[in-house]
Amino acid sequence: MLYALLIYEKPDDFARRESAVESEAYAGAWRAYHRDLLDAGIFVGGKPLDAPETATTVRLRERKREIQDGPYANTKEQLGGFTLLELPSLDEALEWAARCPAASYGAVEVRPIAVEMEPRVTVANSN
Amino acid sequence: MQTRTNETAHRAVEAVARASYGRLVALLATRTRDVAGAEDALADALVAALTTWPRDGIPKNPQGWLLTAARNRLVDHARHQQVHEHSTPTLKLMTREFDEIADPDSWPDERLKLLFVCAHPAIDPTIHTPLMLQTVLGLDAEAIGRALLVAPKTIGQRLVRAKTKIRQTRIAFEIPTADQIPERLEAVLNAIYAAYGNSWEDASGADQRLTELGQEAIWLARVLREQIPADPEVRGLLALMLYCEARRPARRSVDGRFVPLSEQDPKDWLMHMIKEAEGELSVAYQMRRPGRYQIEAAIQSVHAERAHTGHTDSAAIAAFYDQLMQLAPSIGGAIARAAAHAEVRGPEAGLTLLDQIDSQSVISYQPYWAVRAYFLRQLGRSQAAAEAYDRAIELSDDPAVRAFLTERRNCLTPH
Repeated sequence: MLYALLIYEKPDDFARRESAVESEAYAGAWRAYHRDLLDAGIFVGGKPLDAPETATTVRLRERKREIQDGPYANTKEQLGGFTLLELPSLDEALEWAARCPAASYGAVEVRPIAVEMEPRVTVANSN
Repeated sequence: MQTRTNETAHRAVEAVARASYGRLVALLATRTRDVAGAEDALADALVAALTTWPRDGIPKNPQGWLLTAARNRLVDHARHQQVHEHSTPTLKLMTREFDEIADPDSWPDERLKLLFVCAHPAIDPTIHTPLMLQTVLGLDAEAIGRALLVAPKTIGQRLVRAKTKIRQTRIAFEIPTADQIPERLEAVLNAIYAAYGNSWEDASGADQRLTELGQEAIWLARVLREQIPADPEVRGLLALMLYCEARRPARRSVDGRFVPLSEQDPKDWLMHMIKEAEGELSVAYQMRRPGRYQIEAAIQSVHAERAHTGHTDSAAIAAFYDQLMQLAPSIGGAIARAAAHAEVRGPEAGLTLLDQIDSQSVISYQPYWAVRAYFLRQLGRSQAAAEAYDRAIELSDDPAVRAFLTERRNCLTPH
């Protein structure tokens, strides 16, 4: 079963990535977590996202493209990254979510991949 | 003749459903991790039994028959769907496993796992108790709605949502690991106690299903104690329910009237249960980790002392309630605390404590009005007492309790 860990961070947390003092501690914690995921053999994919200020939101309304500066949700905590893990149960996904660096300063939302939907919305890779 | 066979068969289906519902759902769901699917399959099996048993006779092993029928439904369903790539191998495994153990008594009891799933932190906490009442104890939405005073339709929708989450997110059907037990256990204990509470409120014992519910709650606590013997709160809860259960026969007079605790004859109490409760509580006490259920059990143990000493140590009870309110404040606890202090320092003191409770939260809370009426009557304030009695009577569901309060109200002497 695949679970997505959606990482939510506050503006301060995004700022820490750039800070001369804090950036190494921030990155180090994530690096250690990523190593643990690889060692456990459960890491399927995932990436950090750039700061919400770099986001651009797109809508198509009456065939007209509407482009807007900024992220979709106007909230204090913003999506900062995502991780995809292969695990047998929600309980184990919650355990890995709790070990994620963002759990202690932001929030981690755990969502299963829609198992029944996936084959209906994807096509097999022919390569 | 035919109708009699029918009736016997119907009664047999009903009996096995009542006795084994939770056990069968747990057995099926632990393997598929799908509570709703297990319940549907079992419901289908029960319907099949209603047509098959009158015709072919009641099987030698009714539980085994139902389990096989339900399992076949699940396998068929999985075959049709084919999308559950996870569940088909599991079901094949299950088929083999169940065929190997023919004797229902040797089936593993998975109800505790199901209980921990019902009280999982990923499930909306307000639905923990209803979910447990339905899946582990087999109550329908109608009965749960009646017991918890909620509309059955609302409960039904929220139960469906919770079961969908269990299936879609694949919550593990396991007894949590030692380090996780503390965060999970409280919800389980609360759900068991809520089930017991519903049974307790039926003072007249009129509803057979509710009386059984109390026994099943005690049984669940016993299973939990076997599984987690080092937790003092598990033992505290078990002791608390045993103390209450011991008094069940004394709560009704021979002519069916409700008898309050202070007027009960200890000779009517079930002493073997009190003894068992005392044993549990003393083991819990030695663990030196006090908690809500241990204190509530301790309060009941003081009441039980009356069987030996002939009197009730009200000061000890009041002190325990003070401790309880610091550890786990609640409206019910605050009212009981007022009643306990009134026993020691008189009704005026009790009334003062009642007045400190947020009045909005007790408008529709029967115990508040019953206790308030009792204080006012003792203080000779008949008019105010009558009004409080009226409110309490209005809020009482139980006919025996209503009759008791009405009698007290009618004894008031007007000024």
